[in-house]
Amino acid sequence: MRKQSKGPIVHISKRSALPWYHAWAIRGAAILLALVVCAFVTTALTGEDPIGVYKTMFAGAFGTKRKAWILGQNLAILLCISLAVTPAFKMRFWNIGGEGQVLIGGLATAACMILLGDKIPNWLLIGIMILASIAAGAIWGGIPAICKAKWNTNETLFTLMMNYVATQLVAFFVIVWEVPKGAGKIGIINQSTQAGWLPQIGSYKYLLNILIVAVLTILMYFYLSRSKQGYEIAVVGESERTARYVGINVGRVIVRTMLISGGICGLAGLLLVGGTDHTITTTIAGGRGFTAVMVAWLAKFNPLVMVFTSFLLVFLSRGASEISTIYGLNHSFGDILTGIILFFIIGSEFFISYRLSFLKHTKKEG
Amino acid sequence: MKKILSLALVLVMVLSLAACGGKTAAPAETSAAAAPAAEAPATEAPTAEAPAADVKLGFIFLHDENSTYDLNFMNGAKEACAALGLTEDQYIFRTNIPEGQECYDAACELADAGCNIIFADSFGHEDYMIQAAQEFPEVQFCHATGTKAHTQGLSNYHNAFAAIYEGRYLAGVVAGLKLNEMIEAGQFTAEEAKMGYVGAFTYAEVVSGYTSFYLGAKSVCPTVTMDVTFTGSWYDETAEKEGANKLIASGAKLISQHADSMGAPTACETAGVPNVSYNGSTVAACPNTFLVSSRINWAPYYEYVVNCVKNGEAIAADWTGTIATGSVVLTDINEQAAAAGTADKVAEVKADIESGKIHVFDTTTFTVEGKALDSYLADVDTDPNYTPDTEVIENGYFNESVKRSAPYFDLKIDGITLLDTAF
Repeated sequence: MRKQSKGPIVHISKRSALPWYHAWAIRGAAILLALVVCAFVTTALTGEDPIGVYKTMFAGAFGTKRKAWILGQNLAILLCISLAVTPAFKMRFWNIGGEGQVLIGGLATAACMILLGDKIPNWLLIGIMILASIAAGAIWGGIPAICKAKWNTNETLFTLMMNYVATQLVAFFVIVWEVPKGAGKIGIINQSTQAGWLPQIGSYKYLLNILIVAVLTILMYFYLSRSKQGYEIAVVGESERTARYVGINVGRVIVRTMLISGGICGLAGLLLVGGTDHTITTTIAGGRGFTAVMVAWLAKFNPLVMVFTSFLLVFLSRGASEISTIYGLNHSFGDILTGIILFFIIGSEFFISYRLSFLKHTKKEG
Repeated sequence: MKKILSLALVLVMVLSLAACGGKTAAPAETSAAAAPAAEAPATEAPTAEAPAADVKLGFIFLHDENSTYDLNFMNGAKEACAALGLTEDQYIFRTNIPEGQECYDAACELADAGCNIIFADSFGHEDYMIQAAQEFPEVQFCHATGTKAHTQGLSNYHNAFAAIYEGRYLAGVVAGLKLNEMIEAGQFTAEEAKMGYVGAFTYAEVVSGYTSFYLGAKSVCPTVTMDVTFTGSWYDETAEKEGANKLIASGAKLISQHADSMGAPTACETAGVPNVSYNGSTVAACPNTFLVSSRINWAPYYEYVVNCVKNGEAIAADWTGTIATGSVVLTDINEQAAAAGTADKVAEVKADIESGKIHVFDTTTFTVEGKALDSYLADVDTDPNYTPDTEVIENGYFNESVKRSAPYFDLKIDGITLLDTAF
């Protein structure tokens, strides 16, 4: 078919760093565009008024005091898992095992609550729960790291497979501890005695989780940007050879970082099981181990920016759920809108990093 | 660039895995009803004299209408709302609410939104509904399939179920007649009459279901035996299909199931083995093998609760729907597959159950380890040690769904073989 060779119509080249206002202008334009496309999709598919749909999304996220607290709680958990995977990703260690590390931390918490509840003082139980959950997560993250450091195994597949092992372990123990027999559900653990439940601050159910994650965010920011270990992580991520050349023990950094990464995931499991849900199921992490990867990447691994990116994702999902409730639409419709918005936001990063130049070809006849 | 591309690929793979994983793991609902192609609910004449102006209903569903389990509840809810003359702003549906803190949050949000009756449909919602009920004493919380209302001591928390074992028994009669027909046709001897059953968990609800089904079949085909296999999931199409195929290969002449996918019915259609379905007709997919199906209709319960609240009456802590209340229904019998004269026999047995002439778990019709049962303590009050606490053999039969609405029949009777009990 092609009789004449043509040069490419578009040329993609790397941009030099954009001034911040320029970058944010591109991002703002992307969000505006996304909203316009969503409006078209909404009207075309459902016949609903798009402005009303956007208002409903806001109402779903902030409509009442309770909704705002739920938003804060969801944000805290997602942010916690995102903070956990960040050091690993910064080191170019693709830890997609966050889901399993959270689950195993939650399982350790649940085990303490069930086996030790009411047998030892509550402060001691909570202390043991904290240690057990962090240790469990750290072990789950540490195993792939040790194999990577020793035998250079593929960490992507390894951490992914550890998710399935964790899920099956949880499924097994759910059957062991199920109430009533055969139900395949544990239900709320220690509902009458509240043994092992993390304390509630005043009348605010979710405040403790939010505070813990807020402190964690600041610590992680300083760890990554100001500490020697954080610098080592960055160097290993940029180039392992350079790291070796300057005398960094790469294997040690990998294992140490993954212990931290897994440990924080385990902590997220503690906050879920001990702090809010007080039960363990195979779906308690709810895919957040994977969503966290997106949160971390969107924020370019800056813990402070991750507050906003995780807020964005939680806001979208809460809004989507409200849309499906108010308009009687399937939940998938909200997900479609979320998908469109994310597509534009992620897409805008491309235009910030690269320049498109449209090449003009003088058309030659024949 | 190559690195970025490969990373992008990995991410796509992971995220799609996550999405798929979520979907297959999600429908782990614990309970009875599912309606593979649930037949359109029969619209009843409105029972409310005047539109109920002062009620607002909130419904919490584990999944959305793509789950046959939740669809059955949604149909019931819509039917009840229409019958009660409720306007659209008098009920709110919350779909895709997991069995965790989200359920508590959703219940509280519904209460905040002015709902004075809140329903939840999945077993795992129970503890979170109780938590919300403690916080909103003026709101009524009604939970289908739960077990704790009668021991919790909350005046605004209630359980409901249906005596679905009656429907299973009737479906069993249909199965027994079909076996008789096949025996008479010389396809196998009376001693070879064996049925297969695909169950989800070894939960009392499932045990009660397959036992009543077996007793129904045995009432017309005395030599019948049954093998039961469990999948460990309420929805696992592959496992259910494999389970059915395994049972057929080991000589089962007829299959029934208690799990929510089309796995067992389609396996039967492929193998040409008659199938008794659950919670909705599967005749469209299985025209040659589908016999009949039983299901729970939730509309009568919803209407009962709303009328109680309107009239200022107390709602029962445990409410058990029956054939008489319209809560237990059989689909149309597939004349093409079922034995001749089935409809007449079913009508006769149904009338006998309603009049109390037949009791499904009549202790003269079954034995446990060779002995007739004259006493049995069941675990009616749920506790982590499964402590037996309540005498349930009274007046010569096992009183199922009387001491509480959710089933508690968990005996292994003679004639039924459990192939695996891992779940």
